[in-house]
Order: sequence, then structure tokens, then C-alpha cells
Amino acid sequence: MPKYSIQVNGKAHDVDVPEDMPLLWVLRDILGMKGTKFGCGMALCGACTVHVNDQARRSCSIPVSAIGQNKITTIEGLSENGDHPLQQAWEKYNVPQCGYCQTGQIMNAAALLKSNPNPSVEEIEQAMQGNLCRCGTYNRIMQAIRSVSGRTAVG
Amino acid sequence: MQTEAPFQKKSGNVRSEIFMASRRDFLRIGGLIAGGFVLGVNFFSCTDKGKKIALLKPSVYLTINPDGEVMIVAHRSEMGTGIRTSLPLVVADELGADWSKVRVVQAEGDEKKYGNQDTDGSFSIRMFYLPMRQAGAMAKYMLIQAAAQIWKVKPAECDTENGLVVHKASGQTAAFGDLVEAASTVVMPPVDQLKLKDPKQFKMIGHETPIIDLHNIVIGKAIFGIDAAVENMKYAAIKRCPVVGGKVKSYKADKALAVAGVLRVIPIKGGDIPSNIDKPLSGVAVVADNTWAAIKGRDQLEVEWDLGPNATYDSAIQMEELKKEVTKDGTVRRVRGDFGMARKNAKKVIEHTYVAPYMAHAMIETPTALAVVKDGSCEIWACTQSPQGARDSVAHALGMSAEKVKVNVTLLGGAFGRKSKPDFIVEAALLAQNCGFPVKVQWTREDDIHHDFFHALSVQRIVATIDAHNKLSGWNHHVAYPSIGATFDASVLQPSDGELGMGVTDFPYDVPAIKMESHNATWHIRVGWLRSVCNIFQAFAVASMIDEIAEARKMDPIANSLDLLGADRSITFNSEIPKGKYPNYNEDIANYPWETGRMKKVIERVASDAGWGKQFPKGSAMGFAAHRSFLTYVACIVEVKVEGNKIIIPNVYYALDCGTPVNVDRIRSQFEGGAHFSTSIALKSEITVRNGQVEQNNFDGYKIIRMPESPKQIHVSIIGSQDKPTGVGEPPVPPYTPALCNAIYAAVGKRIYKLPVDLSA
Repeated sequence: MPKYSIQVNGKAHDVDVPEDMPLLWVLRDILGMKGTKFGCGMALCGACTVHVNDQARRSCSIPVSAIGQNKITTIEGLSENGDHPLQQAWEKYNVPQCGYCQTGQIMNAAALLKSNPNPSVEEIEQAMQGNLCRCGTYNRIMQAIRSVSGRTAVG
Repeated sequence: MQTEAPFQKKSGNVRSEIFMASRRDFLRIGGLIAGGFVLGVNFFSCTDKGKKIALLKPSVYLTINPDGEVMIVAHRSEMGTGIRTSLPLVVADELGADWSKVRVVQAEGDEKKYGNQDTDGSFSIRMFYLPMRQAGAMAKYMLIQAAAQIWKVKPAECDTENGLVVHKASGQTAAFGDLVEAASTVVMPPVDQLKLKDPKQFKMIGHETPIIDLHNIVIGKAIFGIDAAVENMKYAAIKRCPVVGGKVKSYKADKALAVAGVLRVIPIKGGDIPSNIDKPLSGVAVVADNTWAAIKGRDQLEVEWDLGPNATYDSAIQMEELKKEVTKDGTVRRVRGDFGMARKNAKKVIEHTYVAPYMAHAMIETPTALAVVKDGSCEIWACTQSPQGARDSVAHALGMSAEKVKVNVTLLGGAFGRKSKPDFIVEAALLAQNCGFPVKVQWTREDDIHHDFFHALSVQRIVATIDAHNKLSGWNHHVAYPSIGATFDASVLQPSDGELGMGVTDFPYDVPAIKMESHNATWHIRVGWLRSVCNIFQAFAVASMIDEIAEARKMDPIANSLDLLGADRSITFNSEIPKGKYPNYNEDIANYPWETGRMKKVIERVASDAGWGKQFPKGSAMGFAAHRSFLTYVACIVEVKVEGNKIIIPNVYYALDCGTPVNVDRIRSQFEGGAHFSTSIALKSEITVRNGQVEQNNFDGYKIIRMPESPKQIHVSIIGSQDKPTGVGEPPVPPYTPALCNAIYAAVGKRIYKLPVDLSA
């Protein structure tokens, strides 16, 4: 089997997996990084959202062979101490209910704010529409994102 | 044979007694340092006169260690309601603990030890609020007695706060940890002699407490079912028969086994009818080194099916059959007066048929379970709502006694009723037993959408009569839907008392002639409980029709409902039920009657909050509905803005009465979430079955709402009281859909008789 060397959260990992194994399962089953979740396998739910060079991408739909030297950031690498402004806002507004979709939501929101630090409500809705929440935390997610947006130095 | 919803199992009139538990019993949970004490709570059911009938189950709740740590066992599953936080905080508040020193430990499945663990039916707070307070109060009593003895003061002069016993007069304090050894020798008084806190002294109950897992969730460290892991575990994906009742005829495994990482291919016996909730479907499992290999291997399986008796089932055809069925005479389930006469003498007759489809739970974490079978015993890690049920089912499937099975409960990535069925856990256990190594069964989203225990499709017909005095003189409600009972017993053709008791037989309005009738409906796919269960379609029909009646009576909808509720009174329904009874969510109706006064209060409150009666521009309007479910009273107003076929929901208003509110932020979040959940029900979600197979596959075909479609502002008013607390997990759901549909009518003049709403139709 071909080996792949991928950059995750600033560290290189060598993985010995088939070329079509999605990044999601490389992260979870091979590297033991469980923060990124499985929800649909078809880029319809956003639970598996990671950053590829600061862009939000659905890791269930990225084969490992396509990653190359691109930098992957997962929820585990979003902040040193769980203190990304969005993570703090998520705690301030008690956003999660079951919590399962929330790492994907936070990663997606973080990528949005990196490219658009002060999005309008419509822009937030458009950017977040790929992330499903069955428990119904969308309004608190919106509140958390809006509380952070407009600040400088979003990590 | 279980034919009732899970909440039916619980007995009413439960008392508790507190005992000092053996530390050895508790050591399995871990964390108990020598010198701490352990309090347990026994439940027993009583006659009305207080005579003990039966010892239910002893339940262990809290320990205090010499280092001051208070460990509270959370014995209810956490699926997003916050119960893992809310019940422990009740103990902590009553005890006067320092919340930062409280550690919550999730109980394994053991009802003998912890009492009922079935987390469903919105009854965790209802059942355990008082026992948790008593446990906290007992520990407080013992600590105060110990301190008072040491200080040689009167216990009545002492109190607890923030993990300390304090003697106000002298200012002396002692930390809990320093008192535990002395406290454990204090003689415990009978529970009913404990003095509980005056609610005015509550520091946490009635306030907002963040969930204990909040930080772990936002940093990705929270452990859900899918995250459970043991060394050397392997992964399984199962190809299940697409038709319920069908079986594997033959299969070829060679291509699957050739996939890199695939280890075994194992057939799974199943497909019996009734399917029950804990028996696997017939299928073939691929076990592999990792999830991807298991899925890829499964794709390479070649299976021939004997599709069985449901192979020609078509949900659309059944829907048409049920529409005809409800035009006939049914089985009378509740009767008052003479509806026939009311119809004859009516000035106006309004008749409509309401139709709703199968729905899937579609929680974001699909079913998944990990099993290890070794040396004649089995250990499970699973996202289960019913740990004891899982334990019993696994024991039965493996041919072991329940003591040999340990079920560890992880966090649940959503459930809504799906994860109270242990079928997926039994699959893991069977595979682990067969393989001899740990196996995690992973359901894909397609598996989840194809093989759910669906919310049943339903047809209802309501005939309402208005007399010459503009009174609602008669109400005849027909229902037809496959019963959850048939999932357990293939001979069941009619809804149970419990199912009808979710909005049909507990019709509360002051109408002189009432007739509720149920009809036969056959079962062809697995049906089960989905968040508020039959309240979903029954409240949709009732509250939509009530709105039409308001219009026919030329009354404002809220004025109409208040009028129909009649005088403040407590309604019991059983005298009008010819056979069977109104289960009242398994509580004695004498203890939890249907109180019209409480419903009127929430209606008046929501009307005031929403500014009901204000004018809207064309295309915008408000709609109203009120519904009691799981003993909680909820009034709901939904504001819509209709643009073509698009429905925008700028505001939702809820007013609720759940008795004593415990964790206020979590109550609000359940109502916010319930509004979202119901928006999917109303506008998006539909499962259809053709040739016995579910036609939808993933979130492309089975739709739930996304952020742009969600209600924008959800306002929640909690009418607090000192009444016994009742649940909030399910009550937000039933009134929302009819309120939304009534708003659509007010906005664009179109009545909704079919879900999901389709304005282009």
C-alpha cells in the first residue's frame, strides 16, 4: 500500500492506507483523533469539517491521496487551550445540546471568520448552511458567531 | 410483551428511602477514596395510604470523599437535554455543595443499583427531582449533625453553603471533606422527616447552569458512542435486508474478502416478524481493520434476498387505503353525549382529513456500538437511551445472564427515541461473540435512513359541528396508523391507549358530544417512538381543526381556545373511555390531572409575549396552537412570512408550565431545539416506502432544516410554580406544527391538511 505523509495540526503523520480512504477515517481510525465526526459520508451534514489551508472542507469527501502538502487543521488544533474566540463564545452562550455536530460547526465558523471577519446575518447563514444540527442550536450558533465577528485577530 | 411506549412502564406513587450504601457496591464506578460515605436511595411504590407495596430498585446516587469531592452518579442518558447536569445539580443545590467540586459519573446499565434508566418519555426530572433533593438533604443533615456535635452547637443553627458547613452565630466553618468520617456514623432519619430547602434559597434550581460537558464538546474531547475505543477493536458494516421481514437467501463473500483490511464476512440471523426492538435485521456483516475498509468490503458483498411478505408494500397505497378506512365506523375509544344528534342538528359541519408521512429520527450520530465478549461475559460501550434494556437484550442474544453483561453509556449524539432500541447493540455483541475480538458496528447514514424505527404514517379525519348558538357542539375524531405495539406483537392492528392518549382521548375542550374512533392499520416497516410520538400528528390535526372552528365561529383563535377550555377545572377522561383507560403518561390522573386553568395561563402568556392581534403586512401572519403532552402545558405562536413557496419564520413564542423549573437554560434550549425539530417535521421531512424499501438514502432525500430555514428568534416564557416538575424534552414539539400551519393560513389563506407543507401543490 502506498504511504502518505500528511500535515495535521502542524505535525507530519505517515499513514499506510488505501489511496481513497477519506481524510475523516484517517483522522479517526488511523490517527485516533476523534474530534472530527461522521454524520453522512456525502458532504451533506458538515459534521466532519476540517480546515485545509484555512478553508472549511468536508473530510469525509477528501481522499487521503488528494491531500499532498496541504495543511490540515482539526478541532484539536484550532487553539492551544480551547480558547479560540469561537470556542469561548460557544461556552458563553451555552450553544451545544447533544454536542455531536458542534466541532464541525465551530470549524466551519472559524473558517468563515478567517476569510470574512465581519459577516452579515445572511452571509453567516449561507456559510453555515452546510452544517446540520438536529438538536436545533442554529440560533445560538448565530448568536455566538455574531458575538465574535467584527473583532480583530480572529485566530 | 411490551405494547406501550416506554414511559408506560413507570409506576406512579413512588416513594423513596435513603440508605447508606456499601462502598464495595460503588467501587465499580471508581473514584471512591477510603473514608468517604455513599448514600443510596431506595424506591418503593405505595398505596395511596402510604403502605409499601413493592421495593422497586435501590439506586445509588452520591458519595462525598475526604478530599471534599462530591461524586454524583448520573443514571440518565445524555442526548442533549442536559439531564446529566440537571439532576446532579438538584442534589448539589439541596446539599449546599461547591459545584466546582462536584464530579458527575455516568452510571453503567444497572437498574437494580440505579433505578430506572430509560431516558425517554420526558420524565427524568418528573421521577427523580424529589429523590435527588432528598439524597442531597440527607447528606446535608448528616454533615450538619457531625459538625454540630464537634462544635457542641445546635444543628438548627447550622447550614451548608459552597461545600462548607457553617455555624452562622460563631462564624465557624468546616469543609465537607473534613466531616465525612464523622458524618457516616450519624443515624439517618426517615426521609419524610428531612427538611428540604425553601425554594427561595435555591442557588441552582430555577437558575441557569452550563452543561458539565460543555468544554469537552467545544474542544472535541467529548466521548460519543462513535468515539468509544478499546485495544484491538475491529469495525463492522452490515448489509441489511432492505425489506423488513426479509432474509438472506445466499451471499458471495469472495470479492468482499479481497478488499484490503477486510477480516471476516459473517451472516446475521434476523428478519423475524414481529421485528421487536432488539432483534437484528437479517444481513451480512463485513468486519475489517477500519471503518472505511468495512464499508468498502460491504459494497463488494453479493447478497440474494428472500424479500419476504412486505416486498410489495407501498406507503402511498397504504395512505390511500387508510383514507378510505377512516370514513367508516371505527372502534370507539372515547364517547360523550350523542355525536350523531349533534351532526343532525348542526348549523355547520366542518370535516377534514389530515395526513402525515413516516419520519426518521436522523440524529447526527448514527447508531453505533462497541462490544467485547471474553470469558463468557460481555462489555458494551454504546450511545443508548436504555442501558438496562440493552443489557437484557444482549444477555438474551448471547445466552448469558445479565450479570455477565456490562453496558457503559457514552454521550449520545442525538437520539430522539431511536437509541432506546438496542438492536444495533445486539448486532455488535453477536459479532464480537462470533469473532472473539472487540467489534464496533458502525451504521452509515444510509443504514440509518433505510433501517430506522420510523415515526408511523397516519391518517386522521375530524368532523366538527357548530350549532345554531355558535357553539362547538360535536367533535368526532378518527385515527388510523400502524401501532408501535405491532413492532412487538404482529397481531396488533389498532393504536394503544397510550398512543391515543397523546392528543386524541385527552381532548380537553368543553364539547357536549365527543366520539373518538380508531381504525385498523397494518404494520410493514419498523415503527417506534420519535420525540413526542403520536402527539406529533394528533396535535397537528386537532389544533388545525380548532383553528378552523375559530374561523367558523367568527372568533379570534386564542379567544376561541380559551372559550372552549371552559371553566378552570381538572379533567379526568376515564369515565368516557368505554374500554381501557387514559394512561396520562403513566401517572395517576388524580396526581396530575388535565388542568384547564394551567393551559389558559400559558395561552394568555404567549398571547401577551407575542403581541397577538397586531397587524402584519400581506404575506405575514401569526398562528397559534396549544397542547399538553407529557404533563407539561405548552402554548405556541409562530410568525411566518410567506414569499411564494418559501416560508420564513421570523419569530416563535412559547409559554410553558412544567411545574418547578430546574435548569432554566436547558428548558429554553429544549424549546429552541423543539421549534427547529418541528420545523423539519412541518416543512421538510418525509419517508416513503415502495416495494417494501425506504426510498430515501441520505440527507439529500430525507431533509431536515438548515440554518437559513430555521426560526430566527425563539422566545420562551417559563411559567414557574411550586408544582411537581414535569418534563420538557418532548412538549415543545406537538403545538408547533399546527401553530405554523395556522399562521400559513392566516398569511396566505391556504389550509394545510398534509405534511410536509408544500405550498406549490
